[in-house]
Formats: sequence, C-alpha cells, structure tokens
Amino acid sequence: MKFVDEFRNQEIAKGLIEKIKEVSTRPIQLMEVCGTHTVSIFRYGIRGLLPEQIRLISGPGCPVCVTPNSDIDFAIALCRQKDVILTTFGDMMKVPGSTSNLQKEKAEGKDIRIIYSSLEALRTAKENPGKKVVFFAIGFETTSPTIAVAILRTKEMGIPNLFFLNSQKRIPPALFALLQSTQIKIDGLILPGHVSAILGTAPYQFISKEFSIPAVITGFEPLDILQGIWMLVRQIEKNRPEIEIQYKRIVKKEGNPLAMEKIEVVFEKADGHWRGIGRIPESGYRFKEAFQAMDARVFKVEVEPLKEHPECLCGEVLQGIKTPLECRLFKKVCHPENPIGPCMVSIEGTCHTYFKFYQP
Amino acid sequence: MPEDKILLAHGSGGKLSHDLIQKLFLPLFLNPFLEPLDDSAEIPNQKERLAFTTDSYVINPLFFPGGNIGRLAVCGTVNDLSMKGAIPSYLSLSLIIEEGFSIELLKKIISSIHITAEEAGVKIVTGDTKVVEHGAADQLFINTAGIGSIKEGTKLSGKNARPGDGILLNGHLGDHEMAVLSQREGFKFQEELKSDCAPLNDLVRKMLDVCPAIRCMRDPTRGGLATTLNEIASMSNVGMVIEEEKIPVRESVRGISELLGLDPLYLANEGKLIAICPPDVENHLLDTMKAHPLGKDAQIIGRVTEENAKKVVLKTLIGGHRILDMLTGGQYPRIC
Repeated sequence: MKFVDEFRNQEIAKGLIEKIKEVSTRPIQLMEVCGTHTVSIFRYGIRGLLPEQIRLISGPGCPVCVTPNSDIDFAIALCRQKDVILTTFGDMMKVPGSTSNLQKEKAEGKDIRIIYSSLEALRTAKENPGKKVVFFAIGFETTSPTIAVAILRTKEMGIPNLFFLNSQKRIPPALFALLQSTQIKIDGLILPGHVSAILGTAPYQFISKEFSIPAVITGFEPLDILQGIWMLVRQIEKNRPEIEIQYKRIVKKEGNPLAMEKIEVVFEKADGHWRGIGRIPESGYRFKEAFQAMDARVFKVEVEPLKEHPECLCGEVLQGIKTPLECRLFKKVCHPENPIGPCMVSIEGTCHTYFKFYQP
Repeated sequence: MPEDKILLAHGSGGKLSHDLIQKLFLPLFLNPFLEPLDDSAEIPNQKERLAFTTDSYVINPLFFPGGNIGRLAVCGTVNDLSMKGAIPSYLSLSLIIEEGFSIELLKKIISSIHITAEEAGVKIVTGDTKVVEHGAADQLFINTAGIGSIKEGTKLSGKNARPGDGILLNGHLGDHEMAVLSQREGFKFQEELKSDCAPLNDLVRKMLDVCPAIRCMRDPTRGGLATTLNEIASMSNVGMVIEEEKIPVRESVRGISELLGLDPLYLANEGKLIAICPPDVENHLLDTMKAHPLGKDAQIIGRVTEENAKKVVLKTLIGGHRILDMLTGGQYPRIC
C-alpha cells in the first residue's frame, strides 16, 4: 500500500533499532501521549524490539477515555427526553455512565444515532425539524476544528434545532498538569502527530523550557515511532531538550492556522474535566457568547447522581501512574464486552490495547 | 392484483404456497430425492461416515458484490462439510420471508442457489417456506443443512495439529466482510472489491487426494483467521507462529481497514480455508492449492510450535512479536 508500506519496512526498522541501541546509555521512561501510538506500539511489537532500559508508558491520549462520567450521564438524561435525537461517534456508545450507557438506552428505544462526521448532525437536524438534535461533541484538537465548522454552518444556515453537548479537550494543558504532578518520572514525550498538525510546536514549548523534558512530535507508523524514539534518546543523552518534529510529512512548525482560527471564533478556553483525573485549568472549551444558544447544557434535565466504580483505575492508567495489569478488575470483571471504565471501551484506550495485545 | 410481492398466504400451505413451490422452486431444483415432495427426503444408506451440518444466513444487504444471500447459503454449508473432509451431497433449504418481499428478488436468489448448488455438485432434497408479518423478519432469512460422506482414511479435526506442522491459507483475507461493509456503507474503491464467497469442496477434494495426511482444515468465517487459529491452537494444545508478511491481503482491504481501524486478520471470509499438514508434505500441498483457481494465491503462513501452547504469536512486519488473540466484541453485525 503506497505511503504506508514504506513505513513498515523490516530492514529499516532493524537499522533504527541499532541506532537507538548505539545512543542509549541509561534507563529511561518515555510516555506516548496518544492512544493511536499505544495501539501501534503493541500491534507491531515495538516494546520487545527496544533495549530493555527504554521503558514506554501510555498516557492520557484518548478522547473517549477522558470524557467524564458526568457528561455521559448528562447525555443519557438528554436522550431520555421524548423530543431529543442524540447523535454521537460510535465509540461513545459503550462508555459506562453512573448506572447506564448509551448502548443500553438505544436498546430501550431512545433515539441515538451513530455518525462519522459532525456535519452529519446538521443533516439529521434538517431532516427532523420537529425534534431537538443534540451532537455529543468529544475530541482533541484534531476534531475540534470540524466541530467548530459544524457550529458555524448551523448558525449560517439558521438551523434552529441543533445543539452541541461539548466535551472537547485540549492536550497541552493536560500535559502541563501531568508533568507538574511529580508522581512518575518522565524522561521524554512522544507527542501526538495529528493533534500537532493543528497546533504546531508553539503550544508545547513549556515542556522543554519549563520542565527540561525532550519531546518529539511523532507519526503513527512503526518506523515513525522508532525514529521518534531515536530522536528522543538522542536529545536525552545530549541533555538538550527541545520540541522536535519527526512527522514532518504532516506536521508544520506553525500548525494549521486556519483550523485554529475556526476553533477560536466559536470557543474560548475553559477548565476541562477529565475522567479519573479531575479538573485541569484551561484544558477544555466553552461556547463564546454568540454561539451559546447552541449549547445543549442549557437544557433542564434531571441527571442521575454521580457514581464511579471504586476499584476502577482508569484515572491512574490515564496518567501513566499504573498499568492495566495492576487493576484488580482488568480481565476479570472488566473486558471489552463488559467495560467498567472508559479505557476498556475505546479501541485506543490503554486497557483495551493491553487486553487485546498484551500477554505475559 | 399482480403478484409481485410475497404475501402471508405464500407461506400458509394453501394455493399460493403450492404455486410458489411448483412455479419457482421445482423447475430449478427438481431431482429424484425432492420430486416425491413427501414430508422428508428419502436418502440411500451409505457405508461411509456421514458429516451433517447446519447454518442460518441473515446477511444485510441481501445482494453484495460477488454474491447474494442465496449463494452464501449454499457455500457456507458446503464449506462446513468440506472442512471435515466430507464430500457434500444433499442440502435442505428453508426460507423465512418477510411479508411484502419482492418476488422478483426472490427469483434471483433462488436462481443463484440453483447455480451455486450445480457448481458445488449438491442437490437440494428438502425445503420449507415460511412468511412472517411485516417487521417480524428483515426481508429474508435462509437456513440450510447439509449431508456429506467422509472417505475411509480421512480424519480431519481441530485436535490434530502437531508441533512442526505447516499452516497454509488459500488466498486473500477479508474480501467478504469488506465487500459487504462497503456495499452497506457506500465505500468506493479503485479496484472492484468482491466477496470471496465460493464452494471449496472441489479444492478440498484435490488437496485430500494428493495429501491424505492433512491434519486439520477450517474456514475462517466470522472472527477471521486470528479467531480460527486460536480455536485450533486451543483444541490441539499447541502454539503457533504466523508471519504477517506472508498473509495475503488486498490493497483495498488493507486501505479501508486502516481507515476504519479494523484488522484484516479478524475479517470474515466465505471462500477461504486454513489447512494444517505435516512439514514433509507442505510444499506438495501448496503446489496443489496453487494449481486450483480458488487457491492460486495460497501461502504457507506459519508453523505449529510446541512452546506458547494455546497461543498464536504474530511476527509483525517490522520483526516484532505479539500475541494474536481471538476476536473480542463484534466487528460488524450480520455479515453472513
């Protein structure tokens, strides 16, 4: 397959692993921030190819996993209204709320529709003028521009019955919070490729400047990841932390200003609530005044009291403090058919990846 | 009123049922076993061991590139018999039709069943038609059961794999599930993607003729290659090492899998088989498979091992290793 096979070549992989071994002199821990990286690392057996002294830790980078329980409960309360059609991405269906999930609600007859693009929500709203259509908007910076565009279009077209339950998150403030909490030692960060295609390098500068930690924006193919790791090890060994781009074929230093502008027109920064982690300053968005009429949070609905499974370790797993193997529920009670926490739901959730690929 | 739709009365056992049988089914399927139209078909007693299997088909959409529910209903059951090394002879055909279903489409499907049965050399010897109210079924469901005879000396079982054995696959993975999915979701490809839906009994017969020592055969349908290999590894209490670069997957299937986050090793197939055989005959078996139209892309994809009992290890494209587990959770529903 063109543009993919080139990045899965065994000979080049061997060469990169040799180069990593040459420069690596001491034990280090690297965190891959993004769930797509975690999947790729497991899928291609990258951990087993690296020298033992390089340890990879999975981070918080799956938007499904970090959506707080309270937002799932709010979505459930919304879909229980007779005149509401709830639209969302497929991965959200199984995420457990306090006592229910969207899949169960759908089975009981609530009108919940899976869509692949936020623009499909517009079509649903136009086709159902007698209903209130709510789009459960989750995602990181990669998705936010498309949601912003959907909101701008809704306003332009004067669609009166489309609302957005906004639970989007911003990655850089979450990384700031993560590095500030000194619970684990991180020697280098493998930064997400596609989020960075929007952001560029500027929002990450604090990582090297304030925390003196090297970071490399990395692509998702196995050779991308190996090259990214090599660049990180090189920075660590030379003790010269900076923000480098490995994924140059997609990511520009300045990011995508047009996409950023769309986000800024519609949203302003606000505190974000991350499941299992809590409130992180400026890690979310709220509607600017001109768009507040589309905010689904204005609906007066009765939301059930918040309940989390006391033994679920998703919060610690998302921060890289614990691995799924340390969770008492993992594989025993919690598995993809019966997920207790969100990290077991998403195909890019750390627990799901461990479940699928990891065997001692 | 012109009869262009199936009515409840078509399944009531009365005049319309009778007409449907006489005009649609019998002209195509007529054979000495079916012809008496008694409550059961009478089949001569055979000396050889019999294989007996059944399967229901609920695929949506009914028509997809490379086949339809009718062709699938014959191939699926013929292939299940073939995987036991049986020569398929007789099928039953049972239809559950939703009221209002188009008679024109039903004719097309019945005709396809007829053509596929001829292709596989099997006879439809008994059948049944039920019609249910609108909404009680989705268009058309089909059940087929099949009987075949197993030759003296053939002994295929998922319990028979031994360390050192070669693992062979007859061609590209994932064509069926991806063709169905793309039809349902409206994906377009540069190269036309077709289901691999085909009766494997002729290929199997040739394989067993040249290599009676084959230990095990399975068709990787729902759950795909990964799930089927895990089943065999578990039943035989052995390990397996599979090489990712040896597994044939079409460009289009790989491309759309990348986009949707699917893994071709878990996609359903309807014309694929896995054969496990002793190492000294594997090359001969591979040549035999390659000489057959349904095996021209065959590959030896891996080997049975003593270590890692009940586990399948995948050697990845870049040389790493990982466990290839069974399918957990569904990929997509109603693909067969």
